[in-house]
Amino acid sequence: MLANYGYNDGSGDFFITIDTDKCMECEDKPCVAACPVEILESFTDDYDDHVVGVVEKHRNKIRYSCAPCKHASEERNIACQKACPFEAIKHSW
Amino acid sequence: MPEGKRENWRWEESRWENPDIDWKKGKAITVGIDVGSVSSQAVILVDGELFAYSSMRTGSDSPNSALNAVNWAMEGTGMTLDDIQYTVGTGYGRVNVPFADRAITEISCHARGGIYMYGPTVRTILDMGGQDCKVIHCDEKGKVVSFLMNDKCAAGTGRGMEVFADLLGVPIGEVGQQSLDVDVEPEPVSSTCVVFAKSEATGLLRSGWSKEKVLAAYCSAMAIRVKSLLDRAGMEEDFAITGGIAKNLGVVTRLEKQLGVKAFKPKYDTQIAGALGAALFAQALLAKEEKEEITIATDCP
Repeated sequence: MLANYGYNDGSGDFFITIDTDKCMECEDKPCVAACPVEILESFTDDYDDHVVGVVEKHRNKIRYSCAPCKHASEERNIACQKACPFEAIKHSW
Repeated sequence: MPEGKRENWRWEESRWENPDIDWKKGKAITVGIDVGSVSSQAVILVDGELFAYSSMRTGSDSPNSALNAVNWAMEGTGMTLDDIQYTVGTGYGRVNVPFADRAITEISCHARGGIYMYGPTVRTILDMGGQDCKVIHCDEKGKVVSFLMNDKCAAGTGRGMEVFADLLGVPIGEVGQQSLDVDVEPEPVSSTCVVFAKSEATGLLRSGWSKEKVLAAYCSAMAIRVKSLLDRAGMEEDFAITGGIAKNLGVVTRLEKQLGVKAFKPKYDTQIAGALGAALFAQALLAKEEKEEITIATDCP
């Protein structure tokens, strides 16, 4: 499943896309621990698969929550993407 | 209520019962309850067949809203809560359904309910809810393949339409049809914010625009807003719309025109898709539980 967490408002589109089919294959889910602001969590979804998603309280503010990994003046170093061994995480902005 | 104080946002609550089903002869009675931000629905299935449903406004208290919805669906049938074998709660208030056996997200439930309502060829379901909008892609069994949800802003949702119905004094059930009574399609109002769209509409009314023209401009803005979500999520036919806005021809017609795709015509109340999906999950989970019990009983020496 491609799960898109985030929002679209007057300032643009801000979505994190997680390919949960890949998460199911990943035992350790290192992205969860790698995130410096604890945006990600592992959980059991509606189909009883163990996957990763964005914590509910961050979904409507991910533009700001993800800011520590998105310095405008430095090379991007997105911790969750870097930690994911399956390239399952994409950011839309 | 004093004359002239009619609440135009107030949409029609509904209840339906299948007269051809005698629930007392049924083996599996399952219920899905969708406690949404604006409306609550209860759907009762008897052996997987749609027996009854209710759709009403959500109150300030989620457990009561769930109870009111299921009580209304059962009304006059002789059924009580004790007759229900499995209940699944969904929607924003899903964790607050006191008699639910399990809570399942509205995304999974809308996919499953949408396939039941529109058939297994549907691949894209657009749910235009009270305070959010979801694009869901699913397979022929109703399993979610991908989803995208926007619930940060009221633009493109039912609540935004309620605001406009009240502003213009047009009953919400007539908004869609009246918005189509224009000779030339006007430029849309702001599609990014209901508050700005409302102030823009007030200005247009003052400058002499008719109510129909303003409604057309808002329905068009809503279609643009929703299309941007569909553009991001991707469109795969067949296409169906659920939720309250699916009843608004002004938005649906304009969206179809922008997409160049026709949406399936609904056979059921489009607001029950989530609760229907929840009831179908309940049926499957009940069957699974019963199978496990039989296996355990057979395995016992």
